[in-house]
Amino acid sequence: MSPSALDTRASYLAQTHRKRLYSGVMLVLLVAMLCGGFMTADDRNAGGFWDGLPHVLDFPAEVLGEAAQKITLLPAHLVNFFPSLVETINIAAAATLAGAIAAVFLALLSTRGLARWPRMIPVFRRMSDMMRAIPEIVIALVLIFILGGGPVPAMIAIAFHTVGALGKLFSEVTENADLKPVEGLGSVGASWMQRMWLGVIPQVSPNFISYALLRFEINIRASAILGFVGAGGIGYDLRNAISWGQGKYDEAAAIFILLFLAIVAVDQLSSLLRNKLVGDTK
Amino acid sequence: MTTATLKSGAVRQVNGKKTLSFAFLGALLAYFVYIFFTFDIANLGQRASLENARTLVADSYSYKTHITKSNRGAGTLTASIEGEKKGRYPEGSYPDWVESDGTDAFVTLADNSVVELAGKVVYYDVPDYGAIKITTRNSGIDLELPTADVPDFISASRNRVAITVPGGRINVTKAKTEIFRYFTGWEMFFFTLDSPFYGKSPAQLAYLASSAPRIDPNTSNLALMWDGFWNNAMWRHSDVAWAIVETILMAFLGTIGAALIALPLAFLSAQNFTKNLVARFSMRRIFDFLRGVDGLIWTIILSRALGPGPLTGALAMLLTDTGTFGKMFSETLENVDDKQIEGIRSTGAKPIQRYRFGVIPQITPVFISQVLYNLESNTRSATIIGAIVGGGIGLLLTQAIITGKDWEEVSYYIVLIVLMVMMMDSLSGWLRSKLIGNKDS
Repeated sequence: MSPSALDTRASYLAQTHRKRLYSGVMLVLLVAMLCGGFMTADDRNAGGFWDGLPHVLDFPAEVLGEAAQKITLLPAHLVNFFPSLVETINIAAAATLAGAIAAVFLALLSTRGLARWPRMIPVFRRMSDMMRAIPEIVIALVLIFILGGGPVPAMIAIAFHTVGALGKLFSEVTENADLKPVEGLGSVGASWMQRMWLGVIPQVSPNFISYALLRFEINIRASAILGFVGAGGIGYDLRNAISWGQGKYDEAAAIFILLFLAIVAVDQLSSLLRNKLVGDTK
Repeated sequence: MTTATLKSGAVRQVNGKKTLSFAFLGALLAYFVYIFFTFDIANLGQRASLENARTLVADSYSYKTHITKSNRGAGTLTASIEGEKKGRYPEGSYPDWVESDGTDAFVTLADNSVVELAGKVVYYDVPDYGAIKITTRNSGIDLELPTADVPDFISASRNRVAITVPGGRINVTKAKTEIFRYFTGWEMFFFTLDSPFYGKSPAQLAYLASSAPRIDPNTSNLALMWDGFWNNAMWRHSDVAWAIVETILMAFLGTIGAALIALPLAFLSAQNFTKNLVARFSMRRIFDFLRGVDGLIWTIILSRALGPGPLTGALAMLLTDTGTFGKMFSETLENVDDKQIEGIRSTGAKPIQRYRFGVIPQITPVFISQVLYNLESNTRSATIIGAIVGGGIGLLLTQAIITGKDWEEVSYYIVLIVLMVMMMDSLSGWLRSKLIGNKDS
């Protein structure tokens, strides 16, 4: 081997060693942060982790035990709570639809080459960032105070966040859209709405719908959680059943089952649809 | 002939698409109509409380100072901000728009009109209206007006008289007389009334911090100032800072913990790494189960055993995310390129080495970008979960909203939450570009 090749080899090895050392240090640092974090969190928790760990299964066992005792009531409970489940799903669906429609406009308005008012692009981008940054619970709680409980505050809160979240994803899609149809439509005098509706939307709608379905999965979970803080739907029933304590655990079990089945069903259905739409492997 | 067939075919296709898109729009409209009726949106206006909305908006950028005079006993006069104990002026001292000897007083409202409190009598010359005299007796409250009718801005009964004017509000009951005056801003954000630094201008504060003699001989002024700010009883800055840290901690522990657990398990559920059908199938079902039992349910189950707190929230997120990551990583693993692994194998590498040098480098970019994305989205979830498990900024927010009067604190928390999420967003974007190179944006 010539000296220069040896040099190259030595410097390559040195580089690799340094890189590996850095990665190793990073990993150790990450694990240390993780351990330190868990210890801090454990300190600030009401009950300790090691004391609580043996009891993790107590509550599910209690719930299941009571549900097993009153197994005959279970079908009735499932029927009783079904309307609440429908409400939770409706909140998520309406919020996703409304949010997605607004997000389409937001995305188009913040895409270079498609925007109606090109100067306003940064404004719409920041708007989408802001809407994405506000957690649903903030809007939901404030609206519950003003509008009273019920599904509407949750719907508005989820829709608001959805606009921001989908707006960003949609604009990533529209940025890669082919501009030729838009130019073609523009040359025959089509208005902005027509150019978007006929030139852009057909190109991007499979991706749009796929993202919206993914969002729908997320929003169902969000809708259940918001119900728990007072916004109606099955989450609200769940809180009532649980805070009642023993004696209503059969109802809690029924709600658990409904929620679990709904989430799994929507996940499966949406991944099936998404596969058909964009043919990705998810 | 062919042109005609092609044309009619094209027309049929276009018409079909047209019908389809109209049907889609129709279905959408029908669904919204259904939602309109099931959610009873028509009656929303009746249920909505404009009063609450007004308090919320007004309170979020302004505060009111209560001047309270007891109509029983000695009839002492007290002043406090937002009527809270923490915001009470020391006995015998009042804001400079109140002139008082401890019982009787002249109170100047925002429009420079003056309310006189003398014994059990309130005199107030309302601008553009006339002089009002309110006398509190044991039998009830006497209201003397210059006009025969009671005007709109006064609501009066035997037990209570309330006057709302642009400059403030006056509220008289048999027990006490209260005057509210509104000010813009977040009062006592830096220092409470009992701090020696209250009401000082930034220049005065800079002087005090740098060269003025010590107020407390035992500590420096700067330390005292920091103590006054950090332990502010009204705004609780130290608690809020801890709450933010707790929220980020929950998201960090949940996401990174889940990623580290899911990575090895994902190998077990990937077709090209695990030939054993039973192991693969059961691992997949475990992932599905972890994901399907929502974070909400995990939170409830864990908080029963571990009690409320950030650890419970972190573990609940960890469980759900293990399922999400497991599914995603195993899909990524199934798509890895076999050529690299074969190349490593041809050098005689053991399985562990094959994974380390043939697989890990391929999946790292997907792994990192997914983890970072979840870290950002979990910061938001941690706010919500915190409200349920009783930890972090979510708890402070719900508490402040439930009391229904500290809206300035609510808006403060909202600003902090938005800043926190945006910070995590840019942090994760920065880390992504550092770790896997800048792909877009």
